[in-house]
Amino acid sequence: MSLRTPLGRARGLGSAKNGTQHWWHQRLTALALLPLAVWFVVSLITLADATYEDVIDWLSSPIVAGLMLLLIFAMFMHLKIGLQEVIEDYVHSGWRKVASLVFVTFGTITLGLACALAVLWVWLVG
Amino acid sequence: MAQPDRPLSPHLQVYRWQITNTLSILHRLTGVALGAGTLLMAYWLIAIAAGPEAFATAQGFVGSIVGRIILLGFTFALAFHFSNGIRHLFWDSGRGFELSAVHTSGWIVVIASAILTLAIWILGYAVRGAL
Repeated sequence: MSLRTPLGRARGLGSAKNGTQHWWHQRLTALALLPLAVWFVVSLITLADATYEDVIDWLSSPIVAGLMLLLIFAMFMHLKIGLQEVIEDYVHSGWRKVASLVFVTFGTITLGLACALAVLWVWLVG
Repeated sequence: MAQPDRPLSPHLQVYRWQITNTLSILHRLTGVALGAGTLLMAYWLIAIAAGPEAFATAQGFVGSIVGRIILLGFTFALAFHFSNGIRHLFWDSGRGFELSAVHTSGWIVVIASAILTLAIWILGYAVRGAL
């Protein structure tokens, strides 16, 4: 028997705070990725016979670079949440789960940053 | 465990495979596969930034038979995850949960993924002038 009020018990637990944040962010990024993925695939099709100069011209446009950065951000955020969900569902042992989650978090951020830096490099330097 | 007689999740060994659970696990599999695909995307972008030689090497790999098979796999994974993702977003609106609707939308996703994959590759070869 607890002397705490129902509200007091709920406060600080997921249900009353950020419990739906991953769910919501997965939907937000999914929605953003619908048009971005279509745009990226159409771009790749038009680049099917492109030379190196064509690709540089394409990526040097501020609109293309901007859309690429949006795509990279939404994509790696979506990937991070998705892989985390898979790990939380299937990996139950403590240290294995923690290690996988650390790997996924560090990995997606590193890879996303590498992609973003490559785009910025071509746009601003190359 | 406090309650050993609690009902369990479906035992996968005796669970009858049907379109619902097949597409559900395929959504996860294609999601993880596309995660691996981001490695190729990162390599491609870094190769562009690194210069013409690195880009030629990347294009050489992607254009090879092995590269094209990998790319075809990623195309289907994306087409499926994209189509089934729309199905999931539609479910989030609280609609389409009747068994018949779930089966219909499932088959629409299967057909749409096949058509999208085919269309992307036909257009790609058309741009290259190979058709």
